[in-house]
Amino acid sequence: MSEQKLQSQTVQTTGHAWDGDLQEYNNPLPAWWVYTFYATVIFSIVYWTIYPSWPFGKGWIGGVSDITYVNSEGETKTHSWNTRALLLEDLNQAASAQKPYFDKVSAMTYEQIAKDPEMNGFILSSGKALFADNCAPCHQAGGQGVVGFFPNLTDDDWLYGGSFDTIHETLMGGRRGYMPTFGEVLSGEQIDQLANYVASLSGTNHDAGKAAAGNVLFHSETAACYYCHSSDAKGRKDIGAPNLTDNIWLWADVPAAEGAEGKIAAIRGVISSGLNRGVMPAWAGRLSPEQIKVLTVYVHELGGGQ
Amino acid sequence: MQTGLEDQLGLYQKRIPIFTRSVKGNFRRFKTSVLVLAYAIYFLLPWLPWSRLDAPAQAVLFDLPGRRFLIFGLTVYPQDVIWLALLLFIAAILLFFVTGLVGRAFCGYFCFQTLWTDFYIWIEHKIQGERPARVRLYRQPWDREKVLKVGGTHVLWVLASFWTGLTFVAYFTYAPQLVVDFFTAQAATAAYITTGILTLSTYAAAGLMREQICTYVCPYGRFQSVMYEAETLAVHYDARRGEGTLGRAVVRAGRGIVTERRRAAAEGGVAVERRRDNLSAGQRALAERQEKGYGDCVDCGLCVQVCPVGIDIREGLQYKCISCGLCIDACNTIMDSFGFPRGLIRYDSEKNLAAATPAAPKVQWKRLKTIGYGVALVLMTGYLGYSVATRGSFDRAVNQIRQPLYVVLSNGDIRNRYQIRITNKAAQDQVYVISARGIPADALDLGNFREITIKPGHSGLVQASVRLPLAVATKTPHFELVITPQGKPAEERSEKVRFDTPGKRP
Repeated sequence: MSEQKLQSQTVQTTGHAWDGDLQEYNNPLPAWWVYTFYATVIFSIVYWTIYPSWPFGKGWIGGVSDITYVNSEGETKTHSWNTRALLLEDLNQAASAQKPYFDKVSAMTYEQIAKDPEMNGFILSSGKALFADNCAPCHQAGGQGVVGFFPNLTDDDWLYGGSFDTIHETLMGGRRGYMPTFGEVLSGEQIDQLANYVASLSGTNHDAGKAAAGNVLFHSETAACYYCHSSDAKGRKDIGAPNLTDNIWLWADVPAAEGAEGKIAAIRGVISSGLNRGVMPAWAGRLSPEQIKVLTVYVHELGGGQ
Repeated sequence: MQTGLEDQLGLYQKRIPIFTRSVKGNFRRFKTSVLVLAYAIYFLLPWLPWSRLDAPAQAVLFDLPGRRFLIFGLTVYPQDVIWLALLLFIAAILLFFVTGLVGRAFCGYFCFQTLWTDFYIWIEHKIQGERPARVRLYRQPWDREKVLKVGGTHVLWVLASFWTGLTFVAYFTYAPQLVVDFFTAQAATAAYITTGILTLSTYAAAGLMREQICTYVCPYGRFQSVMYEAETLAVHYDARRGEGTLGRAVVRAGRGIVTERRRAAAEGGVAVERRRDNLSAGQRALAERQEKGYGDCVDCGLCVQVCPVGIDIREGLQYKCISCGLCIDACNTIMDSFGFPRGLIRYDSEKNLAAATPAAPKVQWKRLKTIGYGVALVLMTGYLGYSVATRGSFDRAVNQIRQPLYVVLSNGDIRNRYQIRITNKAAQDQVYVISARGIPADALDLGNFREITIKPGHSGLVQASVRLPLAVATKTPHFELVITPQGKPAEERSEKVRFDTPGKRP
């Protein structure tokens, strides 16, 4: 109590007293706080004059600083300072830094690009970024694809051909892979025979008797597999019909299937239900010709090309 | 809160100005020589020429736009960042090692804050005079003399700060060109900003803040205290000797050495008799003092006057002490003039001071901590030296492509791919040849780049793919990729890489 009385003598109070002795101090603000506050007031006034600040009518007060940038139509515009224009300006600068390389890309042939160490480095890094932005959602970041959905671009099998020109064609126009449904046309036994035959082509475990029957069926008019997969079962690149004799499986996940029966079942599934999902969109118009050229070389290098 | 405490406590303690008295002695000489040497190196090194083919002729040049540090014959690229890490580690361990042995020697003799403060105090002393003159000047009103002297001091401080800042910038660009450009307003903006910041900070730290940097700002001084041990040598006041049983005593008439001498001259016979005792006048005076129970400290206060951090060492070891040794010099001067033995203030260990019969102080290194620091120091320095001496002319990074780890090819072969990045650290174009060891020769496919030419300071990327039949692949968990600069087989470097097969699938 005595202490409180002492305090009320030395420290100024607001003058009110509640419940007899409850008082509120009236301490002044610390000097450093007051000066900092004044400094922030001065700072904000300086800020208003330099940068956009107050809403005014239908627009706003722009401030004295401005920014010059090139908009998407290629027009040079000057505007009061804003971060959106700053971003456009940064993007323009980055694009113009890349431009000499893209100019070189469009001037050089595929073979020249692939043999030039400096351009090769540019393809590896810019192609990786373009691939990650546009292709990776289906073909995965490394181009390894997904069995049953999207082809692996890193192996040496090319559905539509692995030359620069065919890869370029694929990118420009897109692709549509299709296989009819045989489940309604053929009996279960016939499909089983065909599956054993397809397995035998790449040396996968199979029933030799069923495979022989499947061989006949493959080349017959009943199943007519050879129309697309050709009579040697090595496929046709012009229509993207896969080679059935190699070790690469795109639609039927044979390597991951358990046991001989499981592997046959995986092939049987593809034959009976057919395929209508081998669709790749066309990139002409979405990417610039130079970007498509970069991607062509990049994809060619992924799988080693042909 | 205690009554009225708000009024007593300010936001911060007001600085008590320190006017140091100059002193002569071994530690002062050592400090001066370190200062001269350090300044000579710092201020002259950017001007040392060094002929180079592809860079300005400057011995030490930190070429930031070129992403390289040129240090005499050595070119350091960002890839060598491990050297920086080692250097920092060595610096830290050296600090621990030295502090464990002889206390804050870095603070007292080598720290740039100490060096610059010392130099600025020297300027102040040259213009404003010795301590009493400076105290008088501080107290006198702002008349013409004070304005001229104090103003002149600050002008010189700012000039010295400016040259400090400009010299720092000179390490990053060709120095002669920088100085010309700087004064013709053609230098880079960064040069003006850096010089400006360093001018201000040097002026503030060495001219105005001084010991406050050591006391309030610097973290090193604080954490060095944990490296002190009982055996660590530090600047100590021998309180037992200095205080006696009755404490210090100022030399006054009747007890002083001067009167002692006078009396000896007057009473020739006594003096002769006493001389027979083979005692000097100082020793006699000391014996007399000790008989009366006074300590050896004559309380002249010189140790306090010379202290750059404004402490009284006689109050014991304290956190503000930067162990510069100037109080030792001051005390020894006084002890000499009285003919008392030196070392009332001296480098000594707490353990020795506390001993019943203190031995002569010496550096004691036979402690686990010190030996540990020493071993780490030797190992790291050796490794840094080895790494610099055996550096290659190129840098390589070989990464297996992990998406996918392996590819099954149409004939059942397995393919792994690798990305090889080669950075040319030599001064001229170089052709690099890439080959493989541990796999058949035709298994390695480098596309178009079996050889790659890389410009100095540039990097080249090569994609290598290795194709092995399944049977071979399963027996080849690893192999080596070999990079050889053409014509320099001795500089060949190989990198062991994995080869993944489907069998290893987790």
